Order: sequence, then C-alpha cells, then structure tokens
Amino acid sequence: MWTRIYAIFIKELKQLSRDRMTFAMILMIPLVQLMLFGYAINTDARHIPVALVDFSQTSQSRAIEQAITATQSVNFVARYNSIEEAEQAIIQGKIKAVLYLPSDLTRRLFDHSLYNHQQINSSMTRPIGQWIVDGSDTVISSAIRGLRNMPLDEISNRPIIQKAPSFAVVQYFNPEQRTVVNIVPGLVAVILTMTMILFTSSAIVREQEQGNMEFLITTPVRPIELMVGKITPYVFVGLIQVVIILSVGFWVFSVPIHGGILSLLVGSILFIAASLTLGLMISTIAKTQLQAMQMTIFILLPSILLSGFMFPYEAMPIVAQWIAEALPATHFMRIIRAIVLRDASILILEYDAIWLGVFVFVGLIIASLRFNKTLE
Amino acid sequence: MSNYGNIVSETVEHAIQAKGLSKRFGDKLAVNKLDLNIPKGSIYGFLGPNGCGKSTSIRLLTGLLTPTEGDVTILGKPLLGNEELFKKRIGYMTQKFSLYDTLTVEENLNFVGSIYSFSRQRKKVRVQELLHLYGLEQQKNQFAGSMSGGQKQRLALACATLHSPELLFLDEPTSAVDPQNRREFWERLFDLCDVGTTILVSTHYMDEAERCHALAILEQGKKRADGSPQTLMDAMPAHVVEVSGDKLRELKHTLIINSNVLSAAQIGAHLRVLVKHCVQDPLTFIAKFSNNRKALIVRPSLEDVFVACTGGRNVD
Repeated sequence: MWTRIYAIFIKELKQLSRDRMTFAMILMIPLVQLMLFGYAINTDARHIPVALVDFSQTSQSRAIEQAITATQSVNFVARYNSIEEAEQAIIQGKIKAVLYLPSDLTRRLFDHSLYNHQQINSSMTRPIGQWIVDGSDTVISSAIRGLRNMPLDEISNRPIIQKAPSFAVVQYFNPEQRTVVNIVPGLVAVILTMTMILFTSSAIVREQEQGNMEFLITTPVRPIELMVGKITPYVFVGLIQVVIILSVGFWVFSVPIHGGILSLLVGSILFIAASLTLGLMISTIAKTQLQAMQMTIFILLPSILLSGFMFPYEAMPIVAQWIAEALPATHFMRIIRAIVLRDASILILEYDAIWLGVFVFVGLIIASLRFNKTLE
Repeated sequence: MSNYGNIVSETVEHAIQAKGLSKRFGDKLAVNKLDLNIPKGSIYGFLGPNGCGKSTSIRLLTGLLTPTEGDVTILGKPLLGNEELFKKRIGYMTQKFSLYDTLTVEENLNFVGSIYSFSRQRKKVRVQELLHLYGLEQQKNQFAGSMSGGQKQRLALACATLHSPELLFLDEPTSAVDPQNRREFWERLFDLCDVGTTILVSTHYMDEAERCHALAILEQGKKRADGSPQTLMDAMPAHVVEVSGDKLRELKHTLIINSNVLSAAQIGAHLRVLVKHCVQDPLTFIAKFSNNRKALIVRPSLEDVFVACTGGRNVD
C-alpha cells in the first residue's frame, strides 16, 4: 500500500516540477495577489477628490478649506460658482463630494458653539456649511461623515480646546489601524482556497481526460491510495504558499506574526487538507478540466465574499452566516487571523479546528465512495 | 462450440468464457449477447469496424465496465466480485496511449513496477529486461511524450506486460504504427504467446486479424462469426468472383442493386464480387451482367469473410 502511494506521490512531484507553467503559478499567484491586495485594498479612504462652492469668499472660508485639507481625508480639486455645476461634476464622476459654504458663513461661524465658546449650543445654532456627497459608496460617505464634527478652533488660530471623550478606545493588535494587517492573513485563506481546490480537482480530472486513468484502474491501485498519493504533494505546495504570503507580508508590509509556528503549521495543514478534500470531491463530479475550474470558482467566490475576508462575518444576515459556516475558508479565516495577529494557540480555537478535521474525514469518505474504479 | 482448428482439443482450458454478455448505454445496445470461449495460450482477435463494440467488449472482460446481462469467467473463476483479484493477473493496453508524457521511459516503467508492488531489486531487473526486449534502451531517458508512435506502442506493451500477466488485452494496439513496426510488434506478441500468455487483441486490420489463432467478427455489438481465419474462409457463406475488363465502375453499380450480390468492390484492375451461396452457378449469374468481361471464381480472403459477415453495406 505505501509503495503504491509513494510511487504516485513521486510521479506527481516529477510531473509538477516539469510543468513549468503550473510551477510558476504556485509561486506567482501568492506573490502577485499579495502585492496587489496589500497595496490596493484599503478601507480607510483618503485624498477623496472634492470641490468647493464658496459663496462667502472670506478669510474664514479659506481657513476652513485649509483646515479640511490638513486632515488628508479630501483633496480640493476644483471650484465651482454654483451648486448646479458642482452637482454635474459629481454625476460625471470628477469629484465625490462638494463643500458648500454659504454667503452668511461669518455669521454662522460666530453663532456656532464649536467656534465661539461663549455661545451655548442653542436650537438656533445652524451648521456652517454643507457637504453634498456621492453616497453610493459607503466607504467614501463615511469618510466625509467623519468631518461632520470637525473642531473649528483652528480657523480662528485659537488653541484647540478638545473636550474629553466619553470613552477611551485602545486598539489591540493593529494600533495603527492599517488595513493590510487584516488582509495578509486573510489572503492566506483565499489563495489556498483557490490553488488547492483547483490543483487537486484538475489533477484527477486530467488523468481521466488524458486516458491515464483507464490504464491505472486496471492495475491493483486502490482509490484511496490514488487519492492520498495525488494530494500529498499539494500539501507541501500549500505550505510553501503559506510561507511565501506570511514572509512577504512580514518583510514588505510589516505585518507582524505573533503566533507560534506549531499552531500555524497545524492550522494550515488542517485547512490545506480540507481544501484538497473539497478538490477531490469536485474531481469525482467533474468530467473535464473546464468543469473542474468552473466548480472551483463556484466555491472560490463565496470564500472571498462571505468568509469574513472582505466584510465582517458578524455584519452578514443570519442566512449568509450559515452559508459561510459551511465553507472551510471561513473557519480558517478565524484560525489564521487569531494565530498570526492575536497570538492564539490552535488549542483555544478548537471549534474551527475540529470543524476542519471533521470536514476532511467526511469529505475523504465521500470522495472515495464516489470514485469508481470502473469507467461508468 | 466453435472449432479452432488444430490448437483446440476436448480438454482445453479456457482463459476467457463469456455467456450472453450484453452492455446497454442508454437505449443503445453496445454489446449484444456475446458468447466467447477463448482457450489458454492463444491469440484471439476481435475484428470489426469502428463502433462495433470491440472496446466495450474488452472493457467488460477486464471488469472496467459491469455488464447489463451475462456472465464472464476468467481463468476459471467468475469475473464478478473478483475484479480486484484479477488485476494482478491481467494486463491491459488501452487504445489511446495511457502513460505519462512528462515522465521518461524508465520512469514510466518504474512507476508501473511500483504500482504492482515490485521490490526495488526485482523492479530494477525487470525494467532492464523490458528495455532490452522492446529495444528502448536508447530512449530510456527520453520523455514518453516525445517518442514516435511505434516507440510509444512498445513502451505501452512493456508497461502492460511488466507484471507478466497471464491474460493480456490489447485494444487496437497498432492503429498508430507503420507496417514495419506492426510486424515487429506482432513478433513480440507471438513471443508472449509462446510463454503461455493468452492474448485478446482488437483490430480493424485484416492482415492483423489473419495472424490470430482465432477471431470473432463483430458488427453493431453482435458476433457475426468466429473461428480460425482458415475455418472462416472455408465456411464463407458466399462465392467470390473476380471480374476484369473495362468500365468496372458501371458494372459495379448494376451489380450492387441485385439482391443476390452481397458486395462489389474494385480492387486494382479487378472487381471483387461476393455472390450469395443460394446462387448455384455464380459465373453464369455474373455473365448476365458482365458483357463478356473475364470472370473467375477465386479463393476467399479474410476481407471477403468480413464483408460477407457484416453484410457488406458499409463497404464501398
């Protein structure tokens, strides 16, 4: 039994190392994706292009413009003389928002409690200006909403009197609030989902398509030997990808790796095994490599969108959470983020770890039962 | 019971026996009530046009497909339920090259050796032996994908016979091979036969079929005739008349519509006409159409048998 598994394992490794394209993809997929996502995905919007419609034309209005620019949230890229022109620019997509400063700006400023501290907050107090925002993108509109209670002391060159906050917030694990810290461990889950499922599903289907299977099934090889022998090389491929992603994350994006190597290894192997099992199950259904590819994408998309990689799991409706719970990627997303960012041990993540283990066990049984040693 | 000429005696042991073997795919009957008795140590051929059920029959006999109906007995034991047991005793060479293009010749052989659980030492000896026997020593480090059709064929045969099977199935083994290689390939098959291997080979080449000890002519999943090539030729259910002269094409068209003519095919300068046995005097029968062209009764060839058995309708 072991000689046969070993023979298939060695054969698969040799084929893999001679298939330059696949070999390159194993290394390039994590590298390119990491560079793209690491730099590109950023949920705190900065330097949003906006325009100014200034009807007051006073030193105060210029001071307000400077104070807002200093926050780096927005860039004033244009000025318009009417609200209509500015709205047209929003429709065209040139700008995302307009700051409208009315002609009675000075009067409003003086009435405002944040500017004039003698002024008590009365019901007569009016805002000093208005933001008109393209609200279709929630990230951008929430960035502009962040300017709603901007202190106005700076405008009068007075020292800033900041009220004591009601609560102090201490941000553990990602004090600088950099998105990439959360993205990099998540990418491990996404890239492994993609490569592991695709490689295994097409590896078995390829043998069928190229006619190798017809010969193999007349030999004494058992289905379980064939499957174990074929997927074991990809466990190593998966581990290599984990190492690539985490080390590039560490060196290029300064994403700290707090967790222990052992926990990381156990967690990764559990997920790699689960993804490979999923690939095997696909390979027992798919007849061609194209079908295997389509089914992989069918699994991959929810794994990216529902697993908590892009949007918080807790924010999803309950039905979507059930679907997410059925995906191995969701469980690994929790495991890898906990280990890498929060120095958790795999032992305290037992719910997700056991779930993945059970998935592998049940999946292998299903795949072996479905894999027929006949041609029907 | 078929008669296989001199190789068959009453006490013959059978390598393969099939009774009423049928396989249905959807509403198509790919194999229809096939009866086979193949004695040990013989080369048995399946002759038939493409799509006649040769490959399906072989897959049924190797256990790759389960029959819809009928029983198969291999080497004295029922196939059903013993498929895994037989995998060590049978070899199968598929129609399509089924080894790994990105592995070298030697790696392919070593892989197959390991699959059959050969020890390291035994594998080494056997692989060297096969490389030598099939003339692949020069190519042993060449990728299988870059070899010629003939070399691939020899490699496939080496892999299929690595574990010295008692029973060897070859599905159209020489369809991608030139005549020279084909002759050599058959030499190897006779070598295997000499050491007691039973070989079942499917083909659509007449010259190959003629080399078999016995063969079955298949058409649309049905066995039309079986026996040794000589028996089949002797038992031809038609007269073969060769007509020579000019405008044979025209003559052919007038003959082919006659219900007593099974087929008329132009071969070189002759028109080879198969006339049904019920016609008492085929020469007089032909003379009515042939306008004093020269006509002769000739010995039937295997091709004539094939055409007569398959009704001749798919032969031009």
